[in-house]
Amino acid sequence: MDAREKEIEKLKDYKYGFSTDIENTRAPKGLNEEVIKFISNIKKEPKWMLDWRLKAFERLKQLKEPNWQKPKYPKIDYQDLYYYSAPKSMDDKPKSLDELDPKLLETYKKLGIPLQEQARLNGIAVDAVFDSVSVATTFKGELNKKGIIFCSMSEAIQKHSELVKKYLGSVIPLSDHYFATLNSAVFTDGSFVYIPEGVRCPMELSTYFRINATETGQFERTLIIADKGSYVSYLEGCTAPMRDENQLHAANVELIALDDAEIKYSTVQNWYPGDKDGKGGIYNFVTKRGLCKGKNSKISWTQVETGSAITWKYPSCILKGDNSVGEFYSIAITNNHQKADTGTKMIHLGKNTKSKIISKGISAGFADNTYRGLVDIARNADNARNFTQCDSLLMGNKCGAHTVPYIKNKNSSSNIEHEATTSKISEEQLFYCNQRGLNQEEAVSLIVNGFCKEVLQQLPMEFAVEAQKLVGISLEGSVG
Amino acid sequence: MLQIKNLKAQIDNKEILKGLNLEINPGEVHAIMGPNGSGKSTLSNVLSGKKGYSVSGDVRYLNENLLDLEIEERAHKGIFLAFQYPLEIPGVNTNIFLKTSLNAIKKAKGEKELDAIEFLKLVKQKASELKFDEKILSRQLNVGFSGGEKKKNEILQMSILNPKLSILDETDSGLDIDALKVVSEGVNALRSKESSFLIITHYQRLLEYIKPDFVHVLINGQIVKSGGSELALELESKGYESLS
Repeated sequence: MDAREKEIEKLKDYKYGFSTDIENTRAPKGLNEEVIKFISNIKKEPKWMLDWRLKAFERLKQLKEPNWQKPKYPKIDYQDLYYYSAPKSMDDKPKSLDELDPKLLETYKKLGIPLQEQARLNGIAVDAVFDSVSVATTFKGELNKKGIIFCSMSEAIQKHSELVKKYLGSVIPLSDHYFATLNSAVFTDGSFVYIPEGVRCPMELSTYFRINATETGQFERTLIIADKGSYVSYLEGCTAPMRDENQLHAANVELIALDDAEIKYSTVQNWYPGDKDGKGGIYNFVTKRGLCKGKNSKISWTQVETGSAITWKYPSCILKGDNSVGEFYSIAITNNHQKADTGTKMIHLGKNTKSKIISKGISAGFADNTYRGLVDIARNADNARNFTQCDSLLMGNKCGAHTVPYIKNKNSSSNIEHEATTSKISEEQLFYCNQRGLNQEEAVSLIVNGFCKEVLQQLPMEFAVEAQKLVGISLEGSVG
Repeated sequence: MLQIKNLKAQIDNKEILKGLNLEINPGEVHAIMGPNGSGKSTLSNVLSGKKGYSVSGDVRYLNENLLDLEIEERAHKGIFLAFQYPLEIPGVNTNIFLKTSLNAIKKAKGEKELDAIEFLKLVKQKASELKFDEKILSRQLNVGFSGGEKKKNEILQMSILNPKLSILDETDSGLDIDALKVVSEGVNALRSKESSFLIITHYQRLLEYIKPDFVHVLINGQIVKSGGSELALELESKGYESLS
């Protein structure tokens, strides 16, 4: 096999593994005040933003990296990373897609997110984030007519400063924990969404995150505010090139739902998972938290986690408003040497608050998959209800599945249910499917998709089909 | 269509089939009867390609060495096994399973796959022919089905996939008389010059509804006696003891 054939062979396993050869503007290597000032300066941020970042950095110096999670990883040298990397062509911000570097357009086209066609064909608005910058946001004009703001975080800091100031850090405080605080100090870009009172967002909003540069961490920040009586469905997708190094992705996502508002947040995470021997891959250490601030508000998280070497995240809901509802639907697939420690936190503060947790963990190869979740019912949360269901599916006999539920209850009128199952794909089931003409991989994909059905159903239609395929692909070669 | 010569199969070092010979021509219905543990289910497993057996002998199917083919390849070439205990697959809609199966076979044969509308039309027609309650098709595959529903579902799949060689592994066990009739009618409707059947059963009862061309008695891994449909009646009155 020559080099090119090898490359093609490799890409068959992870088709998003290519990298784009593009000239970058980078911050100097390392984590210090100068680098934070560099980031803030290049983004032409107001002084309050820089102060906020520096405050986070001061706080970070006093924090220790957490170490309680199941998947361990080698020590990260935070001074040996780049905290900002953006295509040079973005220095003078292009005003329209026509001005955008063709290499970037080509990259997104290859990823199946053609920015131009997308703008014309599907009813989905996309914010495309490439390393540390948002390179394009589609459908802005149309959304603006309804008063909806959908733009990059950098733009929001400049143009919608009051909203950002009011809500940024209101759900994930500056001093929350190591990675969240690190993000607060060095975050680069991400998406900002504001849905005005009474508006139902007419299309899916989505952000596509792409890591391209080497030795670079991606620290994006997303903030979604749904004002009274509004509704929005938002989806994020992620991919990265195949590299032997481990790359850190530490994002913060904050959601705020006011009275009677609903936010549906879906993730299809397909960061590079590392090779078959566990070399390389993304460390996906993300903090996602939603605040049901108003009465009757609702936040629903759906995640399909198939990529990353290590996935470590707990998209959570703080149910502050009375009658508010929090939901968490999760599929976490780990194959080869991938590891996941994921779940949710449902914090019931208001009366009659309800939460639902459906978690499906699938483990194959040498992988290890942990569900970890907290249901916390506060003293005043009368009649709070929670239902939790955690199902694990094991393939082969070298992988692991663990369920670690924490339940804290301070109110006797509450109702908490927890169900958990662990199962294996049986030889008999595979035989049955093979006998009906399905090959091994089609059979596994069918059975696993059945196992995940309750979660897949929650995804917006446009993405459900893609996610189903992804579920099948992620497990290819897992049954021998 | 199918020629089996000196077929031996063992599992966990125990020999189950001990040199079995059988020939099935297109259009024929063969019944295999035998006591518990005689190797009936092993025969259906080995013919459909189930893993875990060490197999020797010569099995030719449509002039190919059957033992060289993977399970799904045998299915693609028209072998269908109606399971004694059909498997439950939670979360998978019965219709979707059927469509996936049919299209996998069509694809392997280089035929055009059916879209959702064409498929639903076909499944509706077959279900009504078999007096099969369509509602079941939107439920999860075999989950919560009664014994009779599971067996009827196997026959429905058989009639949709339209196989060349259908193997029915004790499809009659656990069926009440109404379900038995439905199953038999399903099989009879599929009988043609091109399609053959291998019906494995304990009891003569099923053969009252599906008239076999040949009956074979399988005892201790070998066929000890073959005859016409009258042999089944003889077995019913005298038992297997007289032959062993």
